[in-house]
Amino acid sequence: MTDKEQYKVHQEPYYQAQGKEVQLYEAAYRNRLPVMVKGPTGCGKSRFVEYMAWKLGKPLITVACNEDMTASDLVGRYLLEANGTRWLDGPLTTAARIGAICYLDEIVEARQDTTVVIHPLTDHRRTLPLDKKGELIAAHPDFQLVISYNPGYQSLMKDLKQSTKQRFTAFDFDYPAAALETTILAKETGLDEATAGRLVKIGQTARNLKGHGLDEGISTRLLVYAATLIKDGVEPRDACRMALVRPITDDADIRATLDHAIDATFA
Amino acid sequence: MSEVGTEYQHPLMAAYWKQLNSGFPQVKEVFEDCMAEALAVLSREELSEYLDAASFLGRMGRGVEPILTFLEEWPSVAKVLGGSALPRVMQAIHAMHKSPNGKAITPFLQTLAAVARRQHSQDALQHYLDIALDLMARTTGSIHGHHTTFPSPGLPEFYQQAPFLLSNLSMAGLKNWVEYGIRNYGNHPERQQDYFSLQSADSRAVLQRERHGTLFADVERKLDLYLRALWQDSDHLVPYSTAFDELRKPVPYYDQLGIRVPDVFDDAGEISGLDRYRAVLAHMVGHRRWTEAQIADNWSPFQRMAVEFFEDCRIETLLCREYPGLRRIFLALHPKPAETACDPETTSCLRHRLAMLSRALLDPAHGYQDPALLDFVQRFHAALAAGASSTSEIAGLALSYVARTRRQSDQFAKVHFDDTVIDYRDDNRQMWKFIEEGDEEQAFDAERKIEPGEELKGLPPRHYPEWDYHSQTYRPDWASVYEALHPSGNAAKIDQLLQKHDALAKRLKRLLDLLKPQDKVRIRYQEEGSELDLDVAIRSLIDFKGGATPDPRINMSHRTSGRDIAVMLLLDLSESLNEKAAGSEQTILELSQEAVSLLAWAIEKLGDPFAIAGFHSNTRHDVRYLHVKGYSEHWNDEVKARLAAMQAGWSTRMGAAMRHAAHYLGARPSDKKLMLILTDGQPSDVDAQDERLLIEDARQAVKELDREGIFTYCISLDPKADEYVADIFGRQYTVVDNIQRLPEKLPELFMALTK
Repeated sequence: MTDKEQYKVHQEPYYQAQGKEVQLYEAAYRNRLPVMVKGPTGCGKSRFVEYMAWKLGKPLITVACNEDMTASDLVGRYLLEANGTRWLDGPLTTAARIGAICYLDEIVEARQDTTVVIHPLTDHRRTLPLDKKGELIAAHPDFQLVISYNPGYQSLMKDLKQSTKQRFTAFDFDYPAAALETTILAKETGLDEATAGRLVKIGQTARNLKGHGLDEGISTRLLVYAATLIKDGVEPRDACRMALVRPITDDADIRATLDHAIDATFA
Repeated sequence: MSEVGTEYQHPLMAAYWKQLNSGFPQVKEVFEDCMAEALAVLSREELSEYLDAASFLGRMGRGVEPILTFLEEWPSVAKVLGGSALPRVMQAIHAMHKSPNGKAITPFLQTLAAVARRQHSQDALQHYLDIALDLMARTTGSIHGHHTTFPSPGLPEFYQQAPFLLSNLSMAGLKNWVEYGIRNYGNHPERQQDYFSLQSADSRAVLQRERHGTLFADVERKLDLYLRALWQDSDHLVPYSTAFDELRKPVPYYDQLGIRVPDVFDDAGEISGLDRYRAVLAHMVGHRRWTEAQIADNWSPFQRMAVEFFEDCRIETLLCREYPGLRRIFLALHPKPAETACDPETTSCLRHRLAMLSRALLDPAHGYQDPALLDFVQRFHAALAAGASSTSEIAGLALSYVARTRRQSDQFAKVHFDDTVIDYRDDNRQMWKFIEEGDEEQAFDAERKIEPGEELKGLPPRHYPEWDYHSQTYRPDWASVYEALHPSGNAAKIDQLLQKHDALAKRLKRLLDLLKPQDKVRIRYQEEGSELDLDVAIRSLIDFKGGATPDPRINMSHRTSGRDIAVMLLLDLSESLNEKAAGSEQTILELSQEAVSLLAWAIEKLGDPFAIAGFHSNTRHDVRYLHVKGYSEHWNDEVKARLAAMQAGWSTRMGAAMRHAAHYLGARPSDKKLMLILTDGQPSDVDAQDERLLIEDARQAVKELDREGIFTYCISLDPKADEYVADIFGRQYTVVDNIQRLPEKLPELFMALTK
């Protein structure tokens, strides 16, 4: 049997609730409903799942999905050995066996034929057939499936099928409101509230440009990076340029505008 | 000319008068004053040269004006540039005198002082003179290339405009502007005059392009992003020209139709032009956010002015709260009037007082002592301490300020204006509403009704630049392209043509089948796939035998790669198409029709997105672009009917048509974009005397398209095309010598290109 303990979250991750999501998630977990977490990049989706795993005291198995991932990468495969073959469980199978929360991060990155293997686990059956091995696993009572996805890609190729979408309950995350985001920055990095507030203001200027040359605004994660740099003694304007502006755009006009916003905010 | 007696008492003055040796009574009237001024700035030698020069000007035979102007103007020129600049100026005058351009000497002298004030060195003046003399040499008319006999029509106009030009252009910009005028209107006296007197549209357009400072056109996107990002506001930004309103400088404003900003901003000290634009926009955003319109009827103009000043300061304070960094920009742009600059006994100081107050409200380190001012600064900050306050509250404060500081002298006609103009603020027209119709509202923006008689045919014109190879610059908005739907004819005609080429069509069909997407692309390293990938499988087996973990991805699968080509066929419909093809009964037009029909049929079979358009032109003002088939249309009767009605006329302005076609083709999402141009002659038009001009423009258009990822290919039917077609299209062309074979050549060519 796989060691459950290694998947446990031992220390409380810092998470600031934006609404009732913690209670709602607990309700979903009580009834073992699959959960989907949507929202732009860096808004705290993964942190939320980690926090809930800690709060519920359940192991958490995270899989970062990518386009080269096949169904066997999730379910498991036979390995060749010198004198025969050996079956190795994939992360999804492990989670179903030990009763962990399985978190498939950025699920749309995986190919669509891969995502269908989760279907039998997400409805009343709660089973996982391993056709290569000829085994049908009934999921552990504690098992729950969580997926995250970023609807901001706006690409026809990167969307979930309706048949997948309709197996989940969903949370729609967004960047927190200004006051809340300020608190998050201050708590996470120990930066003073006034400077944190200015960082949030700069973040909002960039979010206003979404769709006008920016695909995504400045994420909370990047704001945390900037706050960390400032906390370390970096001059705020340099920190903002480095952590907030340079990563998100190569467009000279947008860069000039955001640089100006930084100068105007940190007078 | 009668000698005027030497009645000067002072012997020196008498000697000067003698040296001047002038008989004009008008000169005598001003001589003494001029000499007094000249003595103050000129050395003894320079004074002597001054008198000699004046004497020469008096004897030129061009009346009293030159000598009079020179005597009056030179001392002030010498003050700026030094008296030693005289030989350079005299050299220029001698040059004009010896040519037929003597008439230009007077305007030259009249504006010399104003020009000199814009120069900072004698070298700069020399540049100016060189440009002027170059203009003279190249526009003075000659007969049979021997004797210069006609004066330059543009030169006097140029001198008259020179001070204005130099205030807007750098020396290099001036040179470009003059060059443009000489090149384009060198042989056209009236137009040349219009150009150099800044009357014609392109004269102004070129001037605009050459201006120094930050041009609105260059920063428009930055400003748009600025509004969105920092202020969550957006509106149509409309530039107004600052170059041509001399009397009253327009001021930024906004209304329902958009935000009006100047077309250019020079840097102001350390504040860049871009930051000045940002200050203007921020100020207007402030009004849009926080200002409520007030009823103006009950207040006097002075009261309204005070309310405007207070309100402007209120919103700027709020703006700085939002973005503290704005204060630096506002303060740098805001004038700082000296407290004692205005004398209330003789002058109306209202503006001065309000400008000081405005400065003090924004700048904590203002340093003014006036008790009333300090009191109101304190009351202003108290009103804003709790929150945003409001327009009506601040208006109340403004009214009590007016009541407290009112002076009799405010009514004086002499108003103190220095350091009171705050140029980033708008005119506050949105701040007022009038209950009664007064004479202050303006109805410039009232909607214009389109007269019922004005029928809109086709689309409004689009303007494209044209490349001028002489100067290696674009002529801004030079060619106007009118796009319209091609008239329709009888679609059956095209079907008949296709039937006629039935045998050819069958042969093409076989070729097309070969071209259809069928080529497969291997995808390797698949765990599950359609075939075993032997290379990888063997490698895995070796790993396995060696005891290492083998790679299980030993299969491969296939994917078909689709064709992804968008095609635009551009047809030259110029007059020459009506000629009969060599050795044939058909005209080139008919043969083109057949060829295009076959090609369209073939491409439709292949399924590539495809558009057809024709073009011809009648001068740069009327380039016709006729839509025959669009990308979303199929090869149906409607399209065939348009193709059947194809007619030829006029000339070939190829560059403009290519640019217009490219704006459609460029918007296609395809990987590969192909523009085929079917033409029977070189680019030319009736208004382009220089043969090379339109050839070079077309070549430039090809380069532009290449940068946009559009592959251009020319099919020329002109047997003499070898002389120029390679210049335009490089190696991307075919010359079809035997035009009768065009119908089969064209589809074959297309297939070869896209194989």
